[in-house]
Amino acid sequence: MPVKGRIARISGPLVVAEGMEGAQMFEMVRVGEDKLIGEITRIRGDRAFIQVYESTTGLKPGEPVEGTGAPLSVWLGPGIIGTIYDGVQRPLPLIAEIIAKEAPNRKMFIERGVQVDPIPRDKKWHFKPAVNGGGVHIGDKVEPGDVLGTVPETSLIEHKVMVPPGVRGRLKWIAQEGDYTIEDPIAVVEADGKEIEVKMAHRWPVRIPRPYKKKLEPTLPLITGVRIIDTFFPMAKGGTGAVPGGFGTGKTVTLHSLAQWSDARVVVYIGCGERGNEMTEVLERFPTYKDPWTGKPLMERTILIANTSNMPVAAREASIYVGVTLAEYYRDMGYDVLLVADSTSRWAEALREIAGRLEEMPAEEGYPSYLASRLAEFYERAGRVEALGSPDRHGSVTIVGAVSPPGGDFTEPVTSHTKRFIRVFWALDTKLAYSRHYPAINWILSYSAYVDLVTEWWHKNVDPRWRKYRDEAMEILTRENELQDIVRLVGTESLDERDKLVLETARLLKDGFLKQNAFDPIDAFATPQKQFKLLRMFIDFYQRALELVQHGITVAQIRQAIGRLYVEMVKAKFTIPNDQLEKIDELRERVLKVLDELEARSG
Amino acid sequence: MAVGVREYSRIREIKGPLLVVEGVSNVAYDEIVEVELATGEKRKGRVLDVMKGIAVVQVFEGTTGITTTGTKVRFLGRPLEIPVSEDMLGRIFNGLGEPIDGGPPIIAEEERDVNGAPLNPAERAYPEDFIQTGVSAIDGMNTLVRGQKLPIFSGSGLPHNKLAAQIARQATVRGEEEEFAVVFAAIGIKYDDFIFFKKFFEETGALDRVAMFVNLADEPAMVRLVTPRAALTLAEYLAFDRDMHVLVILTDMTNYAEALREISAAREEVPGRQGYPGYLYSDLASIYERAGRVKGKKGSITQMPILTMPNDDITHPIPDLTGYITEGQIVLSRELYNKGIYPPINVLMSLSRLMKEGIGPGKTREDHADVSNQLYAAYSRGVELRSLAAVVGEESLSAVDRKYLEFADAFERRFLSQGERENRSIEQTLDLAWEILAILPEEELTNIKEEFIRKYHPKYRKKTTQ
Repeated sequence: MPVKGRIARISGPLVVAEGMEGAQMFEMVRVGEDKLIGEITRIRGDRAFIQVYESTTGLKPGEPVEGTGAPLSVWLGPGIIGTIYDGVQRPLPLIAEIIAKEAPNRKMFIERGVQVDPIPRDKKWHFKPAVNGGGVHIGDKVEPGDVLGTVPETSLIEHKVMVPPGVRGRLKWIAQEGDYTIEDPIAVVEADGKEIEVKMAHRWPVRIPRPYKKKLEPTLPLITGVRIIDTFFPMAKGGTGAVPGGFGTGKTVTLHSLAQWSDARVVVYIGCGERGNEMTEVLERFPTYKDPWTGKPLMERTILIANTSNMPVAAREASIYVGVTLAEYYRDMGYDVLLVADSTSRWAEALREIAGRLEEMPAEEGYPSYLASRLAEFYERAGRVEALGSPDRHGSVTIVGAVSPPGGDFTEPVTSHTKRFIRVFWALDTKLAYSRHYPAINWILSYSAYVDLVTEWWHKNVDPRWRKYRDEAMEILTRENELQDIVRLVGTESLDERDKLVLETARLLKDGFLKQNAFDPIDAFATPQKQFKLLRMFIDFYQRALELVQHGITVAQIRQAIGRLYVEMVKAKFTIPNDQLEKIDELRERVLKVLDELEARSG
Repeated sequence: MAVGVREYSRIREIKGPLLVVEGVSNVAYDEIVEVELATGEKRKGRVLDVMKGIAVVQVFEGTTGITTTGTKVRFLGRPLEIPVSEDMLGRIFNGLGEPIDGGPPIIAEEERDVNGAPLNPAERAYPEDFIQTGVSAIDGMNTLVRGQKLPIFSGSGLPHNKLAAQIARQATVRGEEEEFAVVFAAIGIKYDDFIFFKKFFEETGALDRVAMFVNLADEPAMVRLVTPRAALTLAEYLAFDRDMHVLVILTDMTNYAEALREISAAREEVPGRQGYPGYLYSDLASIYERAGRVKGKKGSITQMPILTMPNDDITHPIPDLTGYITEGQIVLSRELYNKGIYPPINVLMSLSRLMKEGIGPGKTREDHADVSNQLYAAYSRGVELRSLAAVVGEESLSAVDRKYLEFADAFERRFLSQGERENRSIEQTLDLAWEILAILPEEELTNIKEEFIRKYHPKYRKKTTQ
């Protein structure tokens, strides 16, 4: 019997209700005459403190509050992919449709109290039972996670219909191949003499991680096509990363690149407290962009969750959990899922705002003391796992969170706590952004703990010399950074020739490799092979030039000898497409030949 | 909220701009309130917090002179609304949307809640129409598009008003004759600044397509929390109900944020950075996000907020949080201003996030993106080398590096610098860019595709024209 109480106080997104005996912590409730969605975040006596996920304007003390008996949960089933949700899994286009019926000229605004189904109840899906070849049989014992059948959700995603959590017993009946809605039973499981109907959709509370058999080591790189990421600071499937940066440093462009180009099978994009137009951009472009790995529209692998900065702040806190739960669900089917959260700082600020209204004791900069543990819990939901049930499946959730430090200061609480729980740190640099060097990932401050783990993959799939070249390039960049301090004192002309060569090569690497135009059709995505070949060209040039320098030839002479080839090297990234990589080798050989000739001339 | 007016007179406490009223019933959160003083003077307020029997009311005009006895507090049973109508163009209003120009009262086509409602991202249309402002630094390198929110980050004494006025005068979408309707919100600015804009609109004959909402520096600070919202409510009406393209100028958002801090302090809230409330970001977003285009509608709202950075500090919470919400920023530089350069736009710190959508073949010119990238790369290198040269002397730089210094100077003197009434077409801007890029050796133009160099570089152009 759900609880029923009345509003006693309203202060911004916080509502206090009285007469709430028996309410559960984190129970979802309906607030006021308009039945606004809220969640209980504290209980004192018969009073429940509720964070309300919609605007509280117009609410009055005395209005009813009803419990739902369950924590805030999401619906999991076919029909999620390709949808744009608000922070509590309401499809935004459906909200517009409902509003349009009442007030056509207000259609573009989100009004309160609109109730819509997260996944369509009347849509028929083509269900194919997994009864043949290694699948399930009538009479089998089944457990949570066992695959009962499949549904083609999009042309890219075959949705696995699994035995829901908590259901185990003998399979008594399974539906024939055919078209069913999520309301139709597709199987019956008998347990303890009781029959349980299994449908294609079930609910799961967002704050509880979905179970799995065991976690695996993240040894496969998540290929993103972004050179500085894949080559220097790689992400692993099932890994965690953060992209901190002041405004204008390109956090969102970086995350869009990941969502667009990475070789994940499913992408969950959470716009948490960010710009409305950024979600619109994804929504307008992704259906027309092609997945670089399959050639299908990108939207067929993407789920969007939008709680933009002007939408109610409490739902911002929930949106992160809604997103990661959806990600885990597809992970359980055996897919590699990438979750990007833009921005976790806005989520932390939502925590702070609610904590402030609850008059909790603040810790650093007004953030509640549990900020760090909440961040840890969230990032810990990433991982590559062996999923529950049979057949055996490996899936992963990779989490990348943007962080928006106030004033670009990386020592602030959200950035510094996040650093403790992530393994890849892509530090965005205001100075690089000012000179329009994008992605503005600073190669000195960034790190990836996955380099060793993914080396084997690169060696097996790209080239066994990958690590050697990568480390050498990193060394040149680090050395250049040290040299810059000296240059600032004495200028470049008085440097040793070898150091001048380091500066020259670092400039080549910066302009020809690290800098990448996310909007150029050829440059935006570089295959691992292209990345390696470009890198090899620059490093081989350096090695050969170094030999010449040691024989007394100056860098100026080298630069003059290679002439326009220099420009060709820098421009190779956007003149040579992924399918004509032999041209990079040709260019490399031409450069080396010029150096050979120069050496011969200088005798 | 369909309840009538209720009147109460038990005031328990008055602190700062807040009244705590007792014995109330049926009061709604965010409801609008009329306070009648013993003298008969009427003020407006808003419910900020409501418990059983108690309401906390924020009085817009301040609590000076209010007494705990003899004051009547009327709860009006609705949120703060303003009438909206096309006839509001050409008129002047106070910060709460009431006419102050002596003209006739507004015959409302509709009353609208000033808080508005969030735009559904699924119903937005992505902005992509290039607005030519005639200012090279903006059109060439930080292109404005219709439906964008692009603030000007300025400092006290810098010519942000001139620049905003120049943009308002020159902004056009090519191929369309229609001029922008302008909604102007003066938020706590000085009378001189207001008069500057008023005169400017009069002189340019634009007054009949401008609606002004004015809260001056000596007027009640709490009204500033309403002024931009009232202005945007009208803008939304004009754009989405009346198919107009609206340019909204909000100046000065720093005054707005300070009013917000004042009310937060009065409520004894836990402060975030520098005493500003933790929700400053969300609150600013509820203003800035009221811009854009929507599907199936012809109109649009382009927002140009102006803010002065305290101590020219871009990391101060107000510009910082603004930059995280808006789609870029135009940053004015005191250094350039002192050099006598107008407009003193620091292009390196400036950014337009929507630029890529508004430029290119069919919109501006095919070489636009590459030229802009090259200008950025070259100018930032020039500026870097300039500070290096100051330490080690120019002679310690290589010949190529010295070319970069020359480029940086030409960039500031010829490209950035232009007259207050100089309206450059995008072709003029790009051709000018090529002229100064030609200072550099051709091998340095690594950001530009070969075909564009052949087509637009002055060196090759001359050959083809001769």
